[in-house]
Amino acid sequence: MARMKFVCDAERCIECNGCVTACKNENEVPWGVNRRRVVTLNDGVPGEKSISVACMHCSDAPCMAVCPVQCFYRTDEGVVLHDKDVCIGCGYCSYACPFGAPQFPTQGTFGARGKMDKCTFCAGGPEANGSEAEFEKYGRNRLAEGKLPACAEMCSTKALLAGDGDVVADIFRTRVVARGKGAEVWGWGTAYGSQQAGNPPAGGVKQ
Amino acid sequence: MSRRTIGCLLGVAASVALLAACSEKPQTNAQGVKFDAVPWSGTGAEANTGTVFTAPGWKVGDKTAWQQQIKTRMNSQNEYTKEN
Repeated sequence: MARMKFVCDAERCIECNGCVTACKNENEVPWGVNRRRVVTLNDGVPGEKSISVACMHCSDAPCMAVCPVQCFYRTDEGVVLHDKDVCIGCGYCSYACPFGAPQFPTQGTFGARGKMDKCTFCAGGPEANGSEAEFEKYGRNRLAEGKLPACAEMCSTKALLAGDGDVVADIFRTRVVARGKGAEVWGWGTAYGSQQAGNPPAGGVKQ
Repeated sequence: MSRRTIGCLLGVAASVALLAACSEKPQTNAQGVKFDAVPWSGTGAEANTGTVFTAPGWKVGDKTAWQQQIKTRMNSQNEYTKEN
C-alpha cells in the first residue's frame, strides 16, 4: 500500500457540509475547532466552486518542518499525526500550513490557546488504538477499525475521496476522462507534489 | 542569633518555598513522540471502543486482510465500477 491521500473533486462538491458534520460527529470535535470545512470560491456567482479542506497529510509537511518540539510524526500509511503530550501550542504549524489545517481550541475565561488539533485521517494518535485516551485527544481511529475517514465515506456525491494515492488518483482520472474536464485537483500539487501544479517548468520560472 | 537574623532566614526560606513552583520545566523532548501502533492491530476489546465498531470482513492483526479491507472500501468510492 502506498500513501493515504485526500482528493476533493471541485466539479462534484455541492457545499452540503456533510463532511464537516461527519467529522465533528465522529471525532466529537469541540466548538471553535473545525478539522474540516468547505470553502466556496465565487460564492453566489454562476459557476461557483466548492472544495472541502482539511489537513492534506502532505508528503513533505511544512508543519512538521517548523515544529520546534517535533511533535509531528508520519505513519507508514503516510498519515501526518502529532503527539498532544509534546505539543506546546505555539502556533508555528498554523502559519506554515498552506491549508489552514491546524486548529487551536480556546478554553477558560481568557480564551487561553490549547494544544493544536487537526484532521487525523481518522487514524487517532499515539495513544493505544481505540483507547479512551486516544478518543479524548485525537478522536476516532477508523483506520484501525478497517474503515476510511468518515468525511469521505459520508460524502453524498463522492466529491471527497480518501485512500491510497494510487487508487484515488485512478478514480479521479476515470471521472476526468468520462466528463472531459476538471483535471485540476485543488491542493494536490501543493500537498503531494505534481508535474502540473507547484513545480516550475524546466529551466523556467514558476508561473 | 538575633531576632532579625531569624526573621531574615525565615523570609529566605519562605521565598524559596514560594518560588519553587516557578521553576522551569525541562524543554527537551526527553520522552520523545510516543510510538503509534499499526492500524491492523485493531482497536482492542474495550467497551464502546473496541471490536463492536470494527468493520466485518477482516481479521484483526492480519496486515494483508486489513489492506484488502481498506482497498475494498477505497474502490467502493468509484461508482463507475458499479452497475447502472
